[in-house]
Amino acid sequence: MSQNMQTSTAPSLRDKPVLRLEGIVKTFPGVRALDGVSFDVLPGEVHALMGENGAGKSTLMKVLGGIYQPDEGRIIVGEAPVVMTSPLQAKATGIVFIHQELSLANELSVAENVYLGELPKKAFGQVDWKKLYAQTNEILGKLKVGFDAKTRVGDLSIANQQMVEIARALTVDAKAVIFDEPTASLTDAEKVVLFDVIADLQAQGVGIIYISHRMEEIFKITDRISVLRDGQYRGTLRTADTNEDEVTQLMIGRKLDLSRNASHHELGDVTIEVKGLSCGNLFQDVSFQVRAGEVLGFYGLVGAGRTEIAETLFGLREPSAGQIFVQGDEVQIHSPADAIAKGISLVPEDRKGQGLVLGMNCRDNMTLPQIEDLKAGPFVAEGAEIAIFDKYRDNLDIRTPGWRQTVGNLSGGNQQKIVIGKWLSMHPSVLIVDEPTRGIDVGSKAVIHDLIRALAAQGYAVIVISSEMPEVLHVSDRIAAMYSGKLMRTFTSEEVSEDNLIQAISGLSADKPSQKASDQSKDQPSDQPNDQSGNQAVA
Amino acid sequence: MPAITKASLGRFIARQGILIAFVLFMVGFTLANERFLAPENIMGVVRSSAILGVMALGVTFVVISGNLDLSVGSMMSFSTIVVLDLHDKLGPGLAIPAMFAMTLCLGALIGFLVGYLKLNSLIVTLGMLSAIHGLTLTYSGGKNMDIADKEGTWFSIFGQGEALGIPVPILIFLGLAAFLGIVLAKTPFGRKIYAVGGNGVAATFSGIRRARVVFSCYLVSSFCVATAGLLQASRSLGSQNTVGQGLELEVLAAVILGGASLLGGSGTVFKTVIGVLILGFIQNGLLLVGLQFYAQYVVTWVIIILAVWLDIAAKRGKLLSPIA
Repeated sequence: MSQNMQTSTAPSLRDKPVLRLEGIVKTFPGVRALDGVSFDVLPGEVHALMGENGAGKSTLMKVLGGIYQPDEGRIIVGEAPVVMTSPLQAKATGIVFIHQELSLANELSVAENVYLGELPKKAFGQVDWKKLYAQTNEILGKLKVGFDAKTRVGDLSIANQQMVEIARALTVDAKAVIFDEPTASLTDAEKVVLFDVIADLQAQGVGIIYISHRMEEIFKITDRISVLRDGQYRGTLRTADTNEDEVTQLMIGRKLDLSRNASHHELGDVTIEVKGLSCGNLFQDVSFQVRAGEVLGFYGLVGAGRTEIAETLFGLREPSAGQIFVQGDEVQIHSPADAIAKGISLVPEDRKGQGLVLGMNCRDNMTLPQIEDLKAGPFVAEGAEIAIFDKYRDNLDIRTPGWRQTVGNLSGGNQQKIVIGKWLSMHPSVLIVDEPTRGIDVGSKAVIHDLIRALAAQGYAVIVISSEMPEVLHVSDRIAAMYSGKLMRTFTSEEVSEDNLIQAISGLSADKPSQKASDQSKDQPSDQPNDQSGNQAVA
Repeated sequence: MPAITKASLGRFIARQGILIAFVLFMVGFTLANERFLAPENIMGVVRSSAILGVMALGVTFVVISGNLDLSVGSMMSFSTIVVLDLHDKLGPGLAIPAMFAMTLCLGALIGFLVGYLKLNSLIVTLGMLSAIHGLTLTYSGGKNMDIADKEGTWFSIFGQGEALGIPVPILIFLGLAAFLGIVLAKTPFGRKIYAVGGNGVAATFSGIRRARVVFSCYLVSSFCVATAGLLQASRSLGSQNTVGQGLELEVLAAVILGGASLLGGSGTVFKTVIGVLILGFIQNGLLLVGLQFYAQYVVTWVIIILAVWLDIAAKRGKLLSPIA
């Protein structure tokens, strides 16, 4: 994916920084959240801010946005030190945030969202619609997007909604724009558009702070990288002079191995086999098999049908055609309870929404699927429950003060381990893991990856669904490439390369009519559930 | 020992607010009228709270599962009228099981609509409140229902009898509370109710049949309502069609006072019993200090608002929250 390297304006260190932080300290009762953070952002520079969850990135952004006041240190915008007192003042100063969670009013037009709260007015307080649309279209023109000011925001794709957020930022004379995990919900094609916009902002001399966990993006678009760890500033590296290992080491204090990985142990019999499985227009005629001890990775764009296959195997959707075999026997699955009874378990992609009851304690979450089987007389056998929890806490190295801890208070990595432990304690034969490390920091990612490999080695048939290519390449023995509801090709770890994988998930290896690359910035027709155009731009 | 800061004090008041308010009320009532803490008065409060309490036990199940039940008041009127009518037609031995069966059918209907058809419980039970009221009036022809021979029936023992010196309604209330408390806290069914109310999607993803759990909670609720109807009928041996009118809000107040969240997933039977008693003592105290009976409706509303506000305040850690 090196084809869209941006030619940045190569900021020189002699330029005056647009934004400078000097020795920012912020303490909360019992914790020093920021401990002397200093760095600067040059005009036309993309400056990455990295750190594990809890390293202090969010606190720093809240200081910058005027939500918190620093205990010590100065914020200097241009030449002058400023005291940020509110998000509105930050925006007036030229510091603009593009938040991870979009905060748009879906029922309103693009223009109304862009100028929300500051609509241009005529005499007697009527909205000056002509001026509103004209101003908005001017900004949209700069962003080179394929929709106009009158479009209803709810009709736009996620990527285009993000463009609306960016347009909102550009209504002021922005000196520095801060992107917080902007690609979290974007497809690869949509990222290309976002990176183009960032390059345009650079060209206009705007300084950019780019917060992300994704190394490949960081190395693709940033000029410098500043790293936080435990609230402390660990240093700033020039992106061109460093590598992922060095950055990771700064972030977590050790090395992260993401090399290609194939099983060295013997594979067992076929555990699960799927023949010609279809589910309406979500996916069609999908066939694959997974052996005991094997990890099959599913890779594809969002909406390619990967998650829907998992949900069908787990009884959350009814297949419209096809057969499922577990241990050689055909099975009928109509509900999660059926799937669990057949030894199929699913670690869902939305950990908090689907995987856990956040208000319940660790033990109760872990034993939930088998609560009917853990009985002493009519009652729940709490001793047996605690024994199960203790076993998987030790096996999976779950860091929690005890089983009474409410799951909502655990870190993402530990939460994911609770979900995994929940299913392992059911002794399934097939473990489906959907987006195993979404929202999990770098250090815990490696732990989850190792865990998946270890589970395969113990004889589980594992299906991993992921949107992150390095992850799929790292954990899988074979990789199934999905495009638009079809399984295009299954690669062995010897055959696979980044290039042929991207071709397969873009539909290039099939006889699809090719689409124009320029379509990518156009809004998607609303009858298509997900974005599939513009894939060619990626490949 | 951590220093007491303004913030931590605020949190303490928010968390324990209801108990603090309760203690202040009790002290105030006792000072105002020494009869308040007399054993007869205490027994009287518990006894008169028993019917409300029995209904609150069932609603606790429904609320923890993440739903509401506003139909319990009019359903209780229905049970009372039906059992009084059948008493003279079939005899008490058959009238009681017949009334229970009919009330459970109503609960099953609500459970089906909310559980299996996934309709909004507020709308369904608000509609049922009105529909069951109509059903009761149709059944009775709008007339009061009375037992012909009030002296010669053993039917009165549920509402008027005593055992071991304790009124039977109190024994039934506390016995049912103990039984349902154990069901909720100790059985797989209870655990599933908390899971469904806490996060229904995650419960489904764990193989729990959510519709069945919700359905069962409404069955429990209608069973409790039938029991309350039995107590009411047995106590008065005659009744108007509107005997349970307005009780749905008092029941809900008691459940919320006990600390169950209206969002589901939290609450216990024990806390609901506390909530019932708090409500009972406050209403009794207000009567003893000479407040008009009808002022209770206003006071109940104030208590509900106070309880909900403190519940929210405890979650966000301060009593007043600026809207960001």
